[in-house]
Amino acid sequence: MKKNKLKVLMFGWEFPPQISGGLGTACYGLVSGLIQHNVDVLFVVPKLYGKEDKSKFRFVDANQVAVNFDNPSFNENLKKISYLEINSRIIPYVSPEEFATITDETFSDVTIDNKAKTLKYTFTGKYGKDLIKEVQQYAMVAMQIAKDNEVDVIHAHDWLTYQAGIVAKEVSGKPLIVHVHATEFDRSGEHVNQDVYNIERAGFHAADTIIAVSRLTRRILIDRYDVPPHKVVVVHNAVIPRSKVIYKKENLLDKQIVTFLGRITFQKGPDYFVEAARKVINEMPDVHFVMAGNGDMYLKLVERVAELRMSSRFHFTGFLNSAETDKMYGMTNVYVMPSVSEPFGITPLEAMRSGVPVIISNQSGVAEVLKYVIKVDFWDTNILADSICGLLKYPKISKTLAEEGYKEVEGLKWEYAALRVKEVYQETLKQLS
Amino acid sequence: MKKICFYFQVHQPMRLKSYRFFDISKDHNYFDEEANRRIMRKVADKCYLPMNQLLLDLIYEFKGEFKVSFSISGTALDQFEMYAQDVLDSFKRLADTGCVEFLAETYAHSLSALVSPEEFKNQVERQAKKIESLFGQKPKVFRNTELIYSNHIGWLVNQMGYKTMVTEGADKVLEWRSPNYLYQNQHVPELKLLLKNYKLSDDLAFRFSQSSWGEWPLTADKYVDWLNSISWTEEIVNLFMDYETFGEHQWVETGIFDFMYHLPRLVLERSEFRFCTPSEASEQLQVRGSISVDNPISWADEERDLSAWLGNHIQDDAFESLYRLESKVKRISDKQLQQDWLYLQTSDHFYYMCTKFFADGDVHKYFNHYNTPYEAFINYMNVLTDFEERVNKHIAQLDGRTKLQAVPELKKIAKPIAKSLAKVAPKAKISVKSKAKPTAKAKPAAKAKPTAKEIPLAKKKLPAKVVAKAKPVAKLKKVVKVKPVAKSKTVAKKAAVKKKK
Repeated sequence: MKKNKLKVLMFGWEFPPQISGGLGTACYGLVSGLIQHNVDVLFVVPKLYGKEDKSKFRFVDANQVAVNFDNPSFNENLKKISYLEINSRIIPYVSPEEFATITDETFSDVTIDNKAKTLKYTFTGKYGKDLIKEVQQYAMVAMQIAKDNEVDVIHAHDWLTYQAGIVAKEVSGKPLIVHVHATEFDRSGEHVNQDVYNIERAGFHAADTIIAVSRLTRRILIDRYDVPPHKVVVVHNAVIPRSKVIYKKENLLDKQIVTFLGRITFQKGPDYFVEAARKVINEMPDVHFVMAGNGDMYLKLVERVAELRMSSRFHFTGFLNSAETDKMYGMTNVYVMPSVSEPFGITPLEAMRSGVPVIISNQSGVAEVLKYVIKVDFWDTNILADSICGLLKYPKISKTLAEEGYKEVEGLKWEYAALRVKEVYQETLKQLS
Repeated sequence: MKKICFYFQVHQPMRLKSYRFFDISKDHNYFDEEANRRIMRKVADKCYLPMNQLLLDLIYEFKGEFKVSFSISGTALDQFEMYAQDVLDSFKRLADTGCVEFLAETYAHSLSALVSPEEFKNQVERQAKKIESLFGQKPKVFRNTELIYSNHIGWLVNQMGYKTMVTEGADKVLEWRSPNYLYQNQHVPELKLLLKNYKLSDDLAFRFSQSSWGEWPLTADKYVDWLNSISWTEEIVNLFMDYETFGEHQWVETGIFDFMYHLPRLVLERSEFRFCTPSEASEQLQVRGSISVDNPISWADEERDLSAWLGNHIQDDAFESLYRLESKVKRISDKQLQQDWLYLQTSDHFYYMCTKFFADGDVHKYFNHYNTPYEAFINYMNVLTDFEERVNKHIAQLDGRTKLQAVPELKKIAKPIAKSLAKVAPKAKISVKSKAKPTAKAKPAAKAKPTAKEIPLAKKKLPAKVVAKAKPVAKLKKVVKVKPVAKSKTVAKKAAVKKKK
């Protein structure tokens, strides 16, 4: 007997190659894995850029959806959704430099076709100043999509799509799975944006099942959002496989390099990396440190590094493109991710995949799945410095971590994560039937 | 007879190109040739060439009554030679009139006086030589970068044989006194000081075209009135400014050239002032007072201190990182490296890193091609990291050479150890020799006398197999700490000797 294919309506905000954070990459990996497991995924994005792989994935471009406004549910939903102030400035994943260019382009608009009684929204799909407005309009489009498509499960990624998920659930009566890659507490520390928090909370409570990317994130949902523990399951992220690339160490000949790569923001703990660097240089004056990336703490840390008088050993590269990122891993002897709060954290996996030994903070979700790394508390810069010195001084440990770490990352496949997600779908459907 | 003393500063830095982290170790060419050429040509056409011509005309017209002086940095002279030979020629014509004096300064327009008397002296000597070779006169008066001066710097300058120095007539030093006299260093009375009259100087350099200024527009007539209103006891007005004031900071449309065209005639006709060079002023005037300056002063900004170049963290760290290399650089004779060392010291690099964007922000912005001081800083540090790499490589080479010279001594120690080793593992030793010979790659290692340069090369080329087999030799290395190749050589030689026996 042929089993019916499971059909999923999935709401995302970005999809490779057009991405600005890890969310798009995770969606790519997850959907690929689900397809392998014979799940039919219809992926909705605010905007398609044309370079997405349409032979492999099925997309809905929210820009192209004609929303029928000549029915009562349209107004009903519009009222429900529009309770938020739309002038909030919420930029979740974007550096200040990017922000300047984005805000100029961001302009949401509506085209109305009075004959057909439909309207189309224009989405930028970016993280601009009209973000909340776009989020709301995205939900209106979701209503139409849910009406037009027969599905079994609705799956929404992060707060930007939760309203869409809620509306789609109401329209279709199908279960809603909410996937948490990051919470507002991870992005903003204790200074949360209330609008975002409210959307998240509504999404969690409307969801039938919540998938958290780590136990750490699950804990936050329970503690900060009053989510009943039985509703949250953990599915760790994986990494998209790639052949091992070994880079020639051609730069800064003979010098050992310790690298931080990521956004230079509070969440990533770059300041602890700086303090630890000074302690390492005190012991090993010829070690070089590199901070690659951009963010709101950038200038402050340039200043701090100068104050610690180690600028001749501590370098800032600015934002790196993917080829430069690979090059950077190739030059790196030790990779450090000292995140203060990291729901998962994909960069250590990338470093390990390049054969680099890695130090991560206990406060990162990825620490839950990795064995062949050194784990420290982000605030303990003494231990962090000790660990860096240890890896640099004792090549045996470095070598072991690099080799075993590489194998370990090889085992973290989206295929496995997707299978777990598929089980979550099935369990949820079972509970409801 | 009162005196007017004009001194014009001519300086262009060697601007750095955009130098990224990934350029380190790969690109040793730090300077933005295109920008340096473009700016030099622009300033030459707007300022140096027309103003030199005007001065030349005035000198001829007033038959020796009109005089000026210049200080031209070495980095500017180098760029004249590279991009603007016509400018250099016109300065030579000015020099030939005998009415133009050239001052001494640091070759790199550097802040070396603040940290290294030795580097300071080297640069001043180099600069003076260059001036003499180009303009046929040996500088007698000294001016330090940005008129930076302190008691200590005055002493250093005097030690080099200079009897006169120009600096800023800063209020915090003079207090109630006028800059319009000849002064001396309180602790080194042999050093006479000419102090800038910053009010009358800045009227031209900064305020000339400001329409919001109450005195705008400034005419030569009015300026001579002001000169005439100076108290009868005062003896000299020192007008010190950037030469680029004429045509570059104050565009030709502002009338600055007309002003300068009329000024000499009006001064000579309507006032008792006469033009002189700094040397003449120093010879002809009596010292009327002495000043003491503990903390260095300069001619920059409201503060008249060093805060345009040093004082914030990024400036200080860059500056300290640079001069930390000095002792190593001094040992290296490589010409290119020495030149880069000079150009990296130019004060402008640190000026670009200034973060005080208040009263003087506009002036700073004008001179700065970087978007932010941090950008300037990171760019500079990337370059400096590469420079340090190069310095270290040279030093390693030098040290390698000295080690080689010490080899006979090491042999004495090595011999008994090699002997005892031979007892323990004679087989291994033979295998080293036999394995090493047939492969072509191993040849450099087997050769009798590798030079210091070859050693690291030879070490790399040695096939892994040989290294692995040569374990006893490696042990020897640990004990004696001689380069492995040198040792394997000793061992090989010893083996050869044995064979002969």
